[in-house]
Amino acid sequence: MKRVFANAHVKRLFSAIAAMAVLELMTGPPGSALSPTAGFTGSFGEASSFFGLFRTQRWVVFLFIALVMFAIWTTWLTWGEQVRTATSKAMSVPRAATHTRPVRWGMVLVLLVVALLLPRLITDPFWQAAMVEQIAVYVLLALGLNVVVGFAGLLDLGFVAFYAIGAYTTAWVTGALPTAAPFGIHFNNFYAIPIAIALAMGAGIILGAPTLRLRGDYLAIVTLGFGEIITIFANNLYGITGGSQGTNTIPHFSLHVGPIKYLWGLTPVPYYYLTIVFVILFLIGFKLLEHSRVGRAWTAIREDEVAAESVGINPLKYKVMAFAIGASTAGFAGVVTASQSNTIFPSSFTLQFSINILVLVIFGGMGSITGVVLGAIVIQTGSMFLLHSPPAGYQPQDLYIYLGALLVVMMIFRPAGLVPSRRRHREIGLAEKGEGHMNEVLTGDTP
Amino acid sequence: MGAFGHYLTGHFATLRLEFWALFVGGLANGVLYGMVAVGYTLVYGVLRLINFAHSEIFMSGGFAGYFVMKSMVGNAVPSGIASVGLIVLGIIVGGVVGAVMATLVERVAYRPLRRRRAPALAYLISAIGASYFLYNMAGKEFGRVPISMPQPYINHPIFHIFGAPVQMYYVIILLAGAVMFLTLDRIVAKTKLGRSIRAVAQDAETASLMGVNIDRTIVLTFIVGGALGGAAGFLFGMGTGVSNTMGFVPALKAFTAAVLGGIGNLRGAMIGGFLLGVVESLSVVFVQAAYMDVVAFGILVAVLLFRPTGILGERLGRSA
Repeated sequence: MKRVFANAHVKRLFSAIAAMAVLELMTGPPGSALSPTAGFTGSFGEASSFFGLFRTQRWVVFLFIALVMFAIWTTWLTWGEQVRTATSKAMSVPRAATHTRPVRWGMVLVLLVVALLLPRLITDPFWQAAMVEQIAVYVLLALGLNVVVGFAGLLDLGFVAFYAIGAYTTAWVTGALPTAAPFGIHFNNFYAIPIAIALAMGAGIILGAPTLRLRGDYLAIVTLGFGEIITIFANNLYGITGGSQGTNTIPHFSLHVGPIKYLWGLTPVPYYYLTIVFVILFLIGFKLLEHSRVGRAWTAIREDEVAAESVGINPLKYKVMAFAIGASTAGFAGVVTASQSNTIFPSSFTLQFSINILVLVIFGGMGSITGVVLGAIVIQTGSMFLLHSPPAGYQPQDLYIYLGALLVVMMIFRPAGLVPSRRRHREIGLAEKGEGHMNEVLTGDTP
Repeated sequence: MGAFGHYLTGHFATLRLEFWALFVGGLANGVLYGMVAVGYTLVYGVLRLINFAHSEIFMSGGFAGYFVMKSMVGNAVPSGIASVGLIVLGIIVGGVVGAVMATLVERVAYRPLRRRRAPALAYLISAIGASYFLYNMAGKEFGRVPISMPQPYINHPIFHIFGAPVQMYYVIILLAGAVMFLTLDRIVAKTKLGRSIRAVAQDAETASLMGVNIDRTIVLTFIVGGALGGAAGFLFGMGTGVSNTMGFVPALKAFTAAVLGGIGNLRGAMIGGFLLGVVESLSVVFVQAAYMDVVAFGILVAVLLFRPTGILGERLGRSA
């Protein structure tokens, strides 16, 4: 038995079948506590159409797909190297062409025009709302988390906490909470922006400073806990936060400058434009940051902390800085969401949310701003599409199963993401060759 | 000061009254935290990594135990020898399922990355993905509402300690915990497996030169940690019920316990667990029950601030 599994072909075949069995469960019908086997039997035994040709049971279809996968995989191992060199040769010409300045600025301009025209092209109310709430805001959040995970290489699993701080600050400043607004004045939402950023940043520093001195994975678990703690406080400090009911009286953004009077919120479209402006501002800011002294310091720390320290970079300072910048971006996004939806309640600030943002960054490509924006748009559009017109048997909560699996799959097959940051791609490559000091993990007795 | 003084005097009076009852409950919880913390510490020892999917190994043990109890316990609550048999069976099934899950997690989420020598961040992300996948998958298959487990015993007070009743549930946990901790301690200190775990934790490269099979040792470490985690999941589920998110908070606390005792330190993890359980339980006198999780989190941050190496210090790969 052991000898059979030592055969590489058998191993691959087994892996393909196992992967398909898992996929079968993921897409299959749900079970419940009363009938815990219903999900399993249904996933394998339910009748299904074999690519529209004839009806058969699900396991036959998936077994067929597994065999096809195995065939492709095996061929790829034989011919893959040639294919890869050929495509990279063919791609090098267009890639070189796009790397000239006028072409890139032209592309940016085209994308900008498309972004601005989008509400005219898409008039379906579901999608107009989704563009603001689920896509534009998430792009903003992903950009913020990218500073933490991508630039500084730190894992933040409590991103939602800072988002919640931003949202609750908005409610506080505009006088929507049971607790009195500052100075008894109900401020305009725009005033909430600097306050929320400052508070989220402060929370980031308080949480980051003690934790970031230590091993990287402590930050992950402390932020994970912090995300949970924030919800407990929001739920129980009834007199301050409104408890589990939260509040639903947050006003919309409004502008009163001299003769100009404008109130956002009648349709999602004005919010779309407002958010797009914010996204562009953050995009420019982070792009500048990436190549600044600070950005280079992050890269140095990420690649080799000891070496960075020896040339005079204070790792703690720069790590806390990255963490605080990420936190304040989340706080800012909290202001936008709270104003746009008028409502906040503790149960919307969940771990699911933090992980969702992490998936956007990982899928797009850690450290690659283009990648992260693209990743956020692709994943969020995909999940909205699943929500809007779900395929047969799909439940809304199934999304999280896919997102979790996606994280593992990305880490195994494409850790640098969809559009890899060139720098990050190189680092991972170097680490895999055993160079650099990113490797703290035991690699076993393999070559 | 006056008002605060009154607050303290009042609460200390309550503490004196309730101390032993809270202590026993806290110690039982602490044993469970310790059992899960051992899983974190063992994996940390060999891989220098926090296994984020450990909370789902705990959950899988809980569900396995639930299904066993559901099929075995009838309408009448069993007692005597039947009760003991059922609990032992539940612990074994929970442990086996936990060990299997831990092996699967190692296979799918860790080993491909180890083969590729991926950077540490990749492991954390992969483990988070696995954890997220598993608990949502469990939610899909077994429902997303908490379910209470059929009781295989009658939960009456067995004896009194300083006037505080000690319930059957606590006795079971304390007994099971004692047996498992002693066994584990001996395994790590005396057996060949324990020696190879310690060797890999001390210096993996040298260990492999000395003929230790690293891959095998890592899998066995996951199995040992997973078995304890799964058994703890069953014991926890007997009292609190099972759900797909049951692992989240206990695992966070177990991690706190592991850090409190000194991560990588086996006895430290157990002692950290007891201490955290008791402190957390006693804190109920001073803060509302809703903030109990906040207390554990506060302890975690305080330990990281003031003594990041924990009480006993980080000691990788020593026999005790």
